[in-house]
Amino acid sequence: MSVHLIRHKPDLIGVLDLQGGVHEHLEHLERLGLPYKRVKLAEDFTNLAGLIIPGGESTCLARLLNIFELKDVILQHHRRGMKIWGTCAGAILLADKVLGEKACLGLIDMEIERNGFGSQLDSFKSEAVIGAVSDEPIPLTFIRAPKIIRAGKDVHVLLRIDDYIAAAESDSVLVTIFHPELTGCLALHRYFALKCGLNPATENPSAVHKNWENSSWMKLARIAL
Amino acid sequence: MDAKRYELNVQLAQMLKGGVIMDVTNVEQAKLAEEAGAVAVMALERVPSDIRKDGGVARMSDPAMIAEIKKAVSIPVMAKARIGHFVEAQLLEALRIDYIDESEVLTPADEECHIDKTKFSIPFVCGARNLGEALRRIGEGAAMIRTKGEAGTGNVVEAVRHMRTMNREIRQLAQMPVEEVTGFAKNNGMPYELALRVKELGRLPVVNFAAGGIATPADAALMMQLGCDGVFVGSGIFKSADPALRARAIVKATAYFNDPQKVLEASIGLGEAMPGLEIGQIPPEQILAKRGW
Repeated sequence: MSVHLIRHKPDLIGVLDLQGGVHEHLEHLERLGLPYKRVKLAEDFTNLAGLIIPGGESTCLARLLNIFELKDVILQHHRRGMKIWGTCAGAILLADKVLGEKACLGLIDMEIERNGFGSQLDSFKSEAVIGAVSDEPIPLTFIRAPKIIRAGKDVHVLLRIDDYIAAAESDSVLVTIFHPELTGCLALHRYFALKCGLNPATENPSAVHKNWENSSWMKLARIAL
Repeated sequence: MDAKRYELNVQLAQMLKGGVIMDVTNVEQAKLAEEAGAVAVMALERVPSDIRKDGGVARMSDPAMIAEIKKAVSIPVMAKARIGHFVEAQLLEALRIDYIDESEVLTPADEECHIDKTKFSIPFVCGARNLGEALRRIGEGAAMIRTKGEAGTGNVVEAVRHMRTMNREIRQLAQMPVEEVTGFAKNNGMPYELALRVKELGRLPVVNFAAGGIATPADAALMMQLGCDGVFVGSGIFKSADPALRARAIVKATAYFNDPQKVLEASIGLGEAMPGLEIGQIPPEQILAKRGW
C-alpha cells in the first residue's frame, strides 16, 4: 500500500486557550458538529481555518499574547488566510484603535472603547435581529463590554445599537462586543464557520438551541477525577 | 438580585477562568499586577500575612484606596467585606467595584450569619473548605467559590485539602443513587436542590478558584491540575523577593498548568518566595479557615 502525503486544507476552528470563556465556545462548536481544538502554542495554529479569541479580560489577554510570543504567530496565520472572530475582549484585541491605549493585533479598521458601559453592575442582557446572520432575534449578553465607536469604510456594520456598534466584520475578521457563547444561540458560530469555508450542521434552524443552559460548558470542564 | 442578574454575575466569573487574581494594596502594585497579566485585582489595605502578623480587628479597606485602584486599572476590581457585614458590602456595591469577597481574612462581624447575597446586584465570591460549605454559600447567592486555604502562610496544604475534599464529595454524589442524596445533603449541611444539581453536573455549579497559601508557579499549576478554574494569590506575590517576575511566572504557570516544560520555565530564577508558615505552628484561635461555616 502506498502512502500519500496529502496537505489538507485547513479545516479546524481553534479557540485561543490562554484565559477566559474557552469551554463555552468549544461547546457551541461541538453542538454544530464542527471540528475544533484549543490553541495555546505556536504549532497549534497550523490547521486552523478560523480562530476564535474568546471573552476574558482584554488587558490580561493582550499581555499574555505578548509575554507568550503568540502575537506574531496569529498575524502570520491571518496573512495565510485564517479568519478570526473576537468576542468582547477578543474584539478589543482585534481593533486597530483602542481609545486611550495601544492596539494589540490591529486587524480590523475600527475604534473601540474598553469597558464602554461601566462596571459589572452595568452588565446587561437584551436581544436584536442581525439581518445578515439570522431572521430570528439573537440574545445578547454584555459583560463589562466594550463599545465600538467607529468603523472604517471597508468594515461592514452588522449591528448598531444607539450610539455604538455591537457587531461588525471585514473580509477576514468578525467582531462582536457581546457573548453569543453565553447564550443558547448558535447563529453567530454558524455564521463564522461559513465565513471560514466550513460546513456547520444545519439541523436546528431556529437561532436558539433548546437544550442549552448556562452550565453546558461544564461538561468540558469537569473536576479532576 | 433577580435570576438574570445572578446569571450575569456567574458569567463574569466564567470570563475570569484560567486567570490569576492578585491582592494589591496600592495603585503601584495594582498596575504591576495588571502589567504582569492578572485577570483581576483584590484591593485591600494589608495582605493576609501582614494582617496575621499585626493581629487586632481587620476590617473593610479604606474606600478611597479602593476607588484609586479602580481608577488606575482596566481589569475588574474586587474588595473584601467581613463575613456577615452586610453594610460593608453595601458600601462596596455603592462604590461600584466588580466583585465582593466575603472573606475570612478579615475579622468576622457575625458568627451566626453570612451575608444574604441575594439582596445585592453585585456578585460575591466566598471561601469554602468542602462541598457543603460551598453549596451553603451558593444557596445564599454567591456567584463564585474559592478554596479557603490558610491565607498569609505561603503554605498550600490547606487549599489542597479543600479542593480534594470537594472533588471527593462531588464524586460520591455523582455515583450515589438519588435516594441517598437526601441523607448526604442533610449530613453535610447542603441545600438539597443544589446537591442534586452538583450530582447532575459532576462539578460545582459555579466557577471555583484556588485561594490561600499559593506562593509558587508550581503551587498554582497544582491547584489547576486538581480542577480549579483559576487562582487567587494573596501575600505570595508582594511578599516575595521579585514581585513583578513572580507575578508573571504564576500567570504563565496558570495558563499552561498542564505543560511541565512551561511551568518549569516559569519557575526558574524567581528569587526568594514569601516566607512560609507551618500550619501546626499557628495557634488554633488564629486559624482563619475556621472563621465562617
